[in-house]
Amino acid sequence: MNKQITVTVNGTEHTLEVEPRLLLVHMIREVLNLTGTHIGCDTTSCGACTILLDGKSVKSCTILAVQADGKSIKTIEGVSAEGQLDSLQEGFHLNHGLHCGFCTPGMIMRATELLENNPNPTEEEIRWGISGNLCRCTGYNNIVKAIQYASAKNRGVETASTEPEFV
Amino acid sequence: MIAQSFQYESPRTIKEAIELLQKYGDDAKILSGGHSLIPMMKLRFASPEYIIDINRIPGLSYIKEEGGMLKIGALTREAEIEHSDLLKKHFPIFGDVTKLIADPQVRNMGTIGGNLAHGDAANDHPAVMLALNATVIAAGPDGERAIPIDEFFFGFYQTALQPDEILTEIQIPVSQHGTGSAYHKLERKVGDYATAGVAVHLTLDKNNTCTSIGIGLTNVNPTPLRAARSEQALFGKELTEEAIAEAAKYASEDCSPSSDLRGSEEYKRAMVAVLVKRMIHKAAERAKA
Repeated sequence: MNKQITVTVNGTEHTLEVEPRLLLVHMIREVLNLTGTHIGCDTTSCGACTILLDGKSVKSCTILAVQADGKSIKTIEGVSAEGQLDSLQEGFHLNHGLHCGFCTPGMIMRATELLENNPNPTEEEIRWGISGNLCRCTGYNNIVKAIQYASAKNRGVETASTEPEFV
Repeated sequence: MIAQSFQYESPRTIKEAIELLQKYGDDAKILSGGHSLIPMMKLRFASPEYIIDINRIPGLSYIKEEGGMLKIGALTREAEIEHSDLLKKHFPIFGDVTKLIADPQVRNMGTIGGNLAHGDAANDHPAVMLALNATVIAAGPDGERAIPIDEFFFGFYQTALQPDEILTEIQIPVSQHGTGSAYHKLERKVGDYATAGVAVHLTLDKNNTCTSIGIGLTNVNPTPLRAARSEQALFGKELTEEAIAEAAKYASEDCSPSSDLRGSEEYKRAMVAVLVKRMIHKAAERAKA
């Protein structure tokens, strides 16, 4: 039996009829056609499907769409305001925080909540903070730098070198 | 991966949820954080016909101290436990354990009640609750009942909860002065289940005598295990290196790990002994601080 749900995604309200077993990630990608949110492992491990649900970073492959009824969702498509890169996107760009880019939307959504809760994290806190997101290209160092860049920029601190580390 | 079809219910009160459980019996599963249940449903290891989502029942998420008891609502998320100032003050063990449960996104969803009610010996809270001598509160058709943690875990994914009962609260006696606790699990990588995990909660008097002791073991037995003989080896005794070594040896002998991809039985027993020693030392340091 289908359920009617109302969700606000990147500021737009949608009322949808969904099967209870529909996963949130499938609703986002296949019903709303927002394909920036990726499906990697499909087993709650890799974090590629990370989105913000009422401001909390969660893995949308392990949540039912019906659980999001009445809630607010933010995906990678909702991050940049009017075509301007936000500080994290800019950080990933300048610091070479991605190679293939598959993990990047999840990394950025996770880092968004991390910096929200902890605007000036230590390197260790960043590494623990993204421990639920796998990247098979970068070796993480440039992702950490990208998040440090965004943290500094958000706080209005002069950013140090943005030279990427090539490994 | 897509779960088998099911009917979805989202009751607004505990009473309504219990009525649904009575109506659907074994065909229903309670959805809390969902991070154990939904993966099992996607893999079709579980195919419940009815999902009863309790997340819309208000008043099940809290951490408070009341009448000498620490009370944690069943729907309290791991992330809330991880960052609770009240828990940091009285029970640093919760900081140890939550940091090692899965990853930040999972901790934003996963609940303490679900972690216990799932009845999985690989989960981390059961050992902690054994060490802390917790009591589990369950609501059913006839009201609430209190289940001592030692009577809660029955077998593989089996707990004392009846099909028409809901775990609503965890109660833990607030520690005396001179009490310390610690948890660690050996894991291959972030998010993995424990190769072995050990929780210790102890009280030391001014003569370094152990006046209370709880030791729980994770994932080295078909059910979460209290290391009873290790506790006896320490209770009422001075906390000497010899006594700690004896307790560690008993724990490694009394658990029953199986050889698997995380290590051989022998290796796991050895790691239990190492972790018991380390966690006793860490808990003792905290008790003296």
